[in-house]
Amino acid sequence: MARIIVVTSGKGGVGKTTTSAAIAMGLAKKGHKTAVIDFDVGLRNLDLIMGCERRVVYDFVNVINGESTLKQALIKDKRCDKLFILPASQTRDKDALTQEGVGKVLDDLAKDFKYIVCDSPAGIERGANLAMYFADDAIVVTNPEVASVRDSDRMLGILASKSRRSTNDEEPIKEYLLLTRYSPKRVKIGEMLSVEDVQDILSLHLLGVIPESKAVLNASNSGAPVILDEESNAGQAYADVVSRYLGEDTPHRFINEEKKGLFSRLFGGK
Amino acid sequence: MIFLKKDDIIPPITSNILSLMSTDTKAQNYKKNALEIKSTSISSSVLAIYSTDLKQVDILLQEKISLAPEFFKNSALLIDLQDCPKQKPALDLSALIEILYAKKLIPIGISGGNAEQNKIALSFKIPVHTIRGSTLKNSSNKKDQLDIVLPIEEDKKTEVESSSTALVENMLIAQPIRSGQRIYAKGDLTILSHVGAGAEIMAEGSIHIYGALRGRALAGVQGNMESRIFCTSLEAELISIAGTYKISEEIDKEDNNKPVQIYLQKKSLIIEKL
Repeated sequence: MARIIVVTSGKGGVGKTTTSAAIAMGLAKKGHKTAVIDFDVGLRNLDLIMGCERRVVYDFVNVINGESTLKQALIKDKRCDKLFILPASQTRDKDALTQEGVGKVLDDLAKDFKYIVCDSPAGIERGANLAMYFADDAIVVTNPEVASVRDSDRMLGILASKSRRSTNDEEPIKEYLLLTRYSPKRVKIGEMLSVEDVQDILSLHLLGVIPESKAVLNASNSGAPVILDEESNAGQAYADVVSRYLGEDTPHRFINEEKKGLFSRLFGGK
Repeated sequence: MIFLKKDDIIPPITSNILSLMSTDTKAQNYKKNALEIKSTSISSSVLAIYSTDLKQVDILLQEKISLAPEFFKNSALLIDLQDCPKQKPALDLSALIEILYAKKLIPIGISGGNAEQNKIALSFKIPVHTIRGSTLKNSSNKKDQLDIVLPIEEDKKTEVESSSTALVENMLIAQPIRSGQRIYAKGDLTILSHVGAGAEIMAEGSIHIYGALRGRALAGVQGNMESRIFCTSLEAELISIAGTYKISEEIDKEDNNKPVQIYLQKKSLIIEKL
C-alpha cells in the first residue's frame, strides 16, 4: 500500500515545493517508485523546480475532470525513472479540485506507487485542506521565525482534526518537523530561533534541519532538485532527511556553526 | 451498542466570550421587557447509537429503560450518531425516532448525523446540534474520547442522579493544543502538554496545564468565581476567570515564564508563583 506524504506549512515561501521536489527525488533515487503531485492549482511551480515545465501536456485538474488519463498526465523524470510528476493546472483555480476527484486520483496512484508526495499550497484553504486530507504522513516545513512557527502550529491543529484519518477515527497522521533556511550563525547572535526554540513551541519529531544555502536558489533556477547537488549542505541535509524518513538512524548535521565550519573547510564550503 | 450518558443539549455560546463580558449599551435604550432571549445550558441524557441494526437497538434500549422506568418516562434525549457506522445503508432515523416515541422518550435533538438524517430530524421538528463535534471531538484522539466517555457511562449505570457531576464532566487532553484550536470543557480541564499561541481553551471549572500556556485560557466561563488556572509556564495571551480578564500586556513581566496559579480575589485576578 502506498504511503501518502503531504508537505505543508501554512505560511508561504518557506520551502514546501523545494522540499517536495527534493524528498520525492530522494525517495525515487533510493529505488522507491514515487509520484509527486502539485496541489497549488493556479500557481504551479513544482514543474519548474523539477525542470519539466516544457513537457506538461495534461495536468491534475484534467485528470480529475476525466479529460485525460492519469497515465497521460504523469511526467516521467529524465534523471530517475522511478520518479513521476503530476503537475498542477496554471489556468484554473483551487475550486477545480474536489475531494472525490482527488481521492480517486490518489487511489489510482496508490495501486502503482510506493510513495505519493503531495506538495501543498500555502494557506489553509481548499487546496491545502485537500492536499493533507488523504495523508498518512505530514512533513511540516517551518522557517526559524515566529510567523512561520505560528502558522505551522495552526496547520498541525488542522492536520489533527480535518484529515481522513481523524474523520474515520484511525491512527492519526504522523507529523514530522522540517526546519528550513536555518542559519546557525544567525541563531548564535540571537537573530533567529534555534532548533530548541522551535521544538519547544511545536513539540514535534524533528526530521531534519536544512541550512540556508545558495544551492537551493541555484537548484530552483536550473530545474534540478537540490538533493541532486551532493556537494551542497542543503543537498546533503535533504539526503539525510530521506534516510531518516525511511527509518535509518542518521545523526543531525548543520545545526551548529562549528560543524558547519569544519565542513566548509573540508569540502570547500557551499 | 448503545449507551446513555449525561451531556448538554445546548452548547454554551462560547464565541465572543469577551464581547459578552461588557454590557450591551444599546439594549438599555429600549424599555420593552416583555421578553428576553438568553443563553443557557441544560443537562439531558444522550443516546449514542453504535449500530444500524435497529432491532438490536430496540432490545438494548428496552433493557436500559427497565432498569429505571420512572426516570426514563417522558425524558428528553439527544440522539448522538457520531459513532454510528456511516456506510450504507445508513441508520434509518425515522424508524429510530418512532421506537423512541413508542417508549415514551422524547428526542429533543440530534448530532453527528449525515445530511439525510439531519433532514429527517428536521421533518420531525427535532433540531440538529453539533455539540460533540465542538467539544469531545477536539481532543482529536479516539483514546481521549474514551477517557472522557467511559466514567460517565459507568456513572449512569449505577445511579441515575449522580451527586458529583463536576467529576463526570472533566476533560483531559494529552496532545499539545495548537494555534487556532478551541477547547471547551464542562468541568475542569487538564492539558498534559502546552497550549500554543493563538489557541483558546475554556472551562466552566478550573484549568490545569502541565506545560507552557501561550494562548488564551478562560476558566469559570459560566461564572464560577472559585475556579483557577494553573500552568507550569505563564506566557499567555489572555487569562480570565469568571469574566475578569488580563491580557498579556497587563501581566507582570516578573511572572512570565514561571509556574503560577491564577485566582480571583475581590474581583481582581491574582497571579501567584507556585
